[in-house]
Amino acid sequence: MMAGSQWELPPELCCRPMAFVALTGLDVVYNAVHRAIWDAFCANRRADRVPISFKVLPGDHEYPKCRTKRTSYEWYIPKGILKTGWMNKHLNLVPALVVLFYELDWDDPQWKEKQSECATKVEIVRTSLQGRNTKVAVVLIQKKTPLPPGEDLVASERAAALCNGCDLSGKSLFVLPHTDHLVGYIIRLENAFYEHAQTYYYTEIRRVKSHKEFLNKTTHQLLFVRHQFKIAFFSELKQDTQNALKYYRAAYSLVHELRAHETNMLEIKTMAGFINYKICRLCFQHNTPLDAIAQFRKHIDLCKKKIGSAELAFEHSAWMSKQFQSFGELFDEAIKLGLTAIQTQNPGFYYQQAACYSQDRKQLAQQLCQAGVSYPSPDPLDTQSGGLDFYGQRPWRQGHQSIDPPDAEKEKTGIVALQIKERDVPHSELIIAHLSNAVAQFKKYKCPRMKSHLMVQMGEEYYHAKDYTKALKLLDYVMCDYRTERWWGLLTAILTTALRCAFLMASVKDYIIYCMELLGRASKLKEEQKSRIEKNLIKVLMNEVPDPEPECDQSSVSAARSLWNDRTALAGLNELTIEVQDYIPFIQCKAKFCSPSFHVDQPIQLQVFLRADCPHTVSFHKLAVSLSNQEYNQWCVVESSGQETMNLVPGKTKCYNFTFVARTEDVGKKIEVSCVMLGSDHGRCVFLSWRGAGGDAASTHEALQASRSSRRWGRNVEMRQELDWDSLAPQHSTMIISRVPKISVQLSHEPPALNNEMYCIHLTVQSQEEAVAKDVKLTAGLKPGQDANLGQTTHVTLDGSKVCDDTAPALLPDLPLGDLKPGEKLDKRVCVRCVSTGPRVFLFHVAYSIETTVEGRQIVCKCHKDETVTIETVVPFEVSAKFVSTKFEPLDRIAVDIPFLLMTDILSSSPWPLLLASSSLQLTTMVSNTPQLQSQLEEVVLQTGECASECFCLRCPPLTNGNNAVATGQYQISWKRKSSSADSPLIQSIITLPHVILESVPLYIHADLPSFGRVRESLAVRYHIENRTSLVQEVEMTVEPSDAFMFSGLKQVRLRILPGSEQKMLYNYYPLMAGYQTLPQLNISLPRCPATNAHQLRRFLPQRIFVKVTHTPTTGTECDFIEDCSEVLLFSLSVGSLRVGNLTGSGSAPGQDQLQLFYAIFKQRAN
Amino acid sequence: MAVCIAVIAKENYPLYIRSVPTQNELKFHYTVHTSLDVVEEKISAVGKSLGDQRELYLGLLYPTEDYKVYGYVTNSKVKFVIVVDSSNTSLRDNEIRSMFRKLHNSFTDVMCNPFHNPGDSIQSKAFDGIVSGMMQTG
Repeated sequence: MMAGSQWELPPELCCRPMAFVALTGLDVVYNAVHRAIWDAFCANRRADRVPISFKVLPGDHEYPKCRTKRTSYEWYIPKGILKTGWMNKHLNLVPALVVLFYELDWDDPQWKEKQSECATKVEIVRTSLQGRNTKVAVVLIQKKTPLPPGEDLVASERAAALCNGCDLSGKSLFVLPHTDHLVGYIIRLENAFYEHAQTYYYTEIRRVKSHKEFLNKTTHQLLFVRHQFKIAFFSELKQDTQNALKYYRAAYSLVHELRAHETNMLEIKTMAGFINYKICRLCFQHNTPLDAIAQFRKHIDLCKKKIGSAELAFEHSAWMSKQFQSFGELFDEAIKLGLTAIQTQNPGFYYQQAACYSQDRKQLAQQLCQAGVSYPSPDPLDTQSGGLDFYGQRPWRQGHQSIDPPDAEKEKTGIVALQIKERDVPHSELIIAHLSNAVAQFKKYKCPRMKSHLMVQMGEEYYHAKDYTKALKLLDYVMCDYRTERWWGLLTAILTTALRCAFLMASVKDYIIYCMELLGRASKLKEEQKSRIEKNLIKVLMNEVPDPEPECDQSSVSAARSLWNDRTALAGLNELTIEVQDYIPFIQCKAKFCSPSFHVDQPIQLQVFLRADCPHTVSFHKLAVSLSNQEYNQWCVVESSGQETMNLVPGKTKCYNFTFVARTEDVGKKIEVSCVMLGSDHGRCVFLSWRGAGGDAASTHEALQASRSSRRWGRNVEMRQELDWDSLAPQHSTMIISRVPKISVQLSHEPPALNNEMYCIHLTVQSQEEAVAKDVKLTAGLKPGQDANLGQTTHVTLDGSKVCDDTAPALLPDLPLGDLKPGEKLDKRVCVRCVSTGPRVFLFHVAYSIETTVEGRQIVCKCHKDETVTIETVVPFEVSAKFVSTKFEPLDRIAVDIPFLLMTDILSSSPWPLLLASSSLQLTTMVSNTPQLQSQLEEVVLQTGECASECFCLRCPPLTNGNNAVATGQYQISWKRKSSSADSPLIQSIITLPHVILESVPLYIHADLPSFGRVRESLAVRYHIENRTSLVQEVEMTVEPSDAFMFSGLKQVRLRILPGSEQKMLYNYYPLMAGYQTLPQLNISLPRCPATNAHQLRRFLPQRIFVKVTHTPTTGTECDFIEDCSEVLLFSLSVGSLRVGNLTGSGSAPGQDQLQLFYAIFKQRAN
Repeated sequence: MAVCIAVIAKENYPLYIRSVPTQNELKFHYTVHTSLDVVEEKISAVGKSLGDQRELYLGLLYPTEDYKVYGYVTNSKVKFVIVVDSSNTSLRDNEIRSMFRKLHNSFTDVMCNPFHNPGDSIQSKAFDGIVSGMMQTG
């Protein structure tokens, strides 16, 4: 038996026991029918088919002999618990049923002969099964399909005869028609076989049980266990797993009741292990995993201390390891079949424990198995049969059951032989296999730390197995987990192992890395160890062979030495760069720009802080900083010259300052520290490189702690003097910003801007530079990034002499302004036209370039100065228009062909005085009632809140189309700011006048009368009555008497007016009183057209007239004034306002209005 | 009676760890470190249901062949881990709880020290004393 496989569980134990049925009489090689039958038995044995294991055996097969039955157990002393062959015998050798296949049809012509041949074959089988309870059955292979039972009389008769001849019961004879439905027949057959097999195992169980009464507790203890085990095993074969579990449990408790001593300890443990395996397996199968776990725990607790022979203690560990491993496998298998495991109860723990015991085994083996002993001869482990008779016994004393070994000398050689065999066991392999099983499980059950821990163990095991490459790979993999979790103690331990590996492999780079980290501040090593490592590190840097690490295997050390020698011979060729960012190296580095931004004309200052944590001073040759722009790298290098080196004293912070000048192209760009390199080239050139601005795996946390620390609050000043390393924050980038401009940009303007005007902004640029500012450029206009509509409604131009059109841009870019000498001043006017109201931000950007000197270097800097201003745009004035009658009465409708007045009011809302240059009307349908429309507003200046009004007399000609509402036209005003210069353009504002609703009147009446009368002087008034309809109109006219007048003319008249013609009525009024007098009321009615009433017509007629006193030469200012005027002044008062109308009356063509209102002004304060 | 007592920071690095000097210290470090897997899992499982009604005592984290590992998490996610020898069956759950309570009280005192920087490892004689007491008698 191989030492390695000694602990494996036998396969017959681990398999699922199935009833064994032997098939004979089948020629599966040469007979196709038999082959098909056999295939139908073997193929597709799925779970739905009965659990039987079939075997084809020849008809004269010799079955294992049955020993003669013991009649008494009185003198019987058992030699062991369980024979090694027993399980196999019942699984594979002794069938529960032997089936004889025989080709015979019921109507076979040679029936008699065949029947007796069959009987002979049955007899042969029976003989070889002598003494066993194995059943025999016969299957007749027939070519014809049988008739239904009872119908074939020949068949039933011959079947009875055959049964008789073969001494078979009717239940054991089967017919297998070889037809289409073979599989169906086979399944029915095997179900029948299964029943027979169950009966067989039942009788076997009964048989074993019957032995019990003969046993006594003193000498037959082993048999109690054996019998219980056998019953359980037969129950399993019978597929009665519940009872099997019961009997295994009984067997398990009995096995622990056995008297245990050193000689039988192994046998007891072996059997306990077997039974425990069966119990756990069945528990998992019954889906009671907790029972399985409880059984296993009990098993382990019971067996843990049963070490047995001290000299073979490794055997116990091996056995324990196997127990855990096989339970882990059972657990894992159950999970694959659907069981759910949890984080704290998963197979991983069992594999881990298996590994643990394997480690123990290895240690014990190393202690107990001393080298130098030769293997004893003859081999005490050799047995005659080549194997053992009973499980768990010693080959040199099989069957021995007493407390003391029969032969002390044999015992000794046997132990030596076992120890020597143990030496050859590949322990590390076993351990690693268990560990990797466990790792896979813990990975599955979310235990990353457990996984890391096991990987460390695997790495260590590989180290012990001298597979350093694998060891390093594993250790390196997990190191970073411990580093990020800051478990320094564990990290140090792993690093120490890794360093040993690196040394033994002579891996220079790894060696340096691990040394650096072991010297660093995260290392928990003692000072003297650090000191030793640092000396080794220096040796490696000097290209010498380092001293071996302690606790290294001596033979490996010498192999490593020669490897190192090879390495040193090659050195100098390879330059090593080590990225230390992700480690915690013994030199800390932090780089810092002194400011987050520098002006381009300032020198950029960069500081690099270095600090060593190792016990001895470190020297180096070169410090270089790489920046994102490689061009600056040349300024950030320190290199020692000659023999001098730069030193880092442990615990002291050293600062290196670099200064350089940024390139002007880099304005607006960032400069980043991409890495810091620290080099030493004593013999081997090694660069430590920090990505970014230094710092390492631990520095973020340290900085955080430092920021929390009370030390920050500065308890005393002395502590301040020493730079606090931890609170030193790296500044890894800086921004190059443009030079501060030394020019002034001033804006002068008069806000707010008025809608549509050319708004002028005066820009004054004055240089305060000491040199000539070259290429001064102005960008002026709407600041980009505002509402998109503003771009469309804002126009910027330099030409203020005319109103710019919509093509002018919103922003004027890069207008060249030439050079600017020191102190020189420059003026520029920018005009802006804002088409819409609202606020706008305007940008005035003055850029120039200038030569300057930084650190002795001439550079051309670009500078710029931005001025922004927010300007509100407002409406300059509000225009309103209204229609009134010639009597200034507001009109809601306009009568066709009758003059009316259009009055416009311009109300200034500008904070600045406005100059109204002119105004004009563009009429569409209306016509002017006066010859020319001259603006009444020329050169009028409006202050804030003032209003200018204009009045136009218009008339609407008769319209052909039936439109009631007609457009009036447009009103145009030319204006500008009063304050603007003479050459500034006039702005045209166009206002669309409101629409009017027209109406036609049937009768129009108007009066010719002088503008005034005099007391007691005749006053001729002529009324014109026009018929505007196409019918003859009958008009009734009456004049009512008045106190103020006497009059002559027709007092009451009825007349007819033809269509389109007019009637004139002349009256002579004789005023009696002076002042405003109401004229005698003229009542007109149209009997034919009752809709038109007198009142409607009356509105066309004058109501009053001013009557002067009699013309006598008197002196009076008012009268003089009136006399001097050749006109009549008509005063009319309206609310809060005074209107002055200047009227001249003159007789002109009939039907035309004689009024010309040529001047109206109305001044009104807002209040 | 405890064989190892550890205080672990919120970020899972050790603030304090002490074990009986007779045995391999490193082994206890690993035991405590691996127990954090279970602690994390338990915290996250609780976090899903009722956040603030969490019990601080986590109970037995996981049994190994030789030791029992118990856990306790303060509200600020600082973890306490006590490792007890498996053979020590006399210790009941209640006693473990009271050990944790004592430890928590002492830890609170340490945190109240104005000169202690939270996040730094614990260096307190009083805390040491409490821990020593637990390691000797339980």
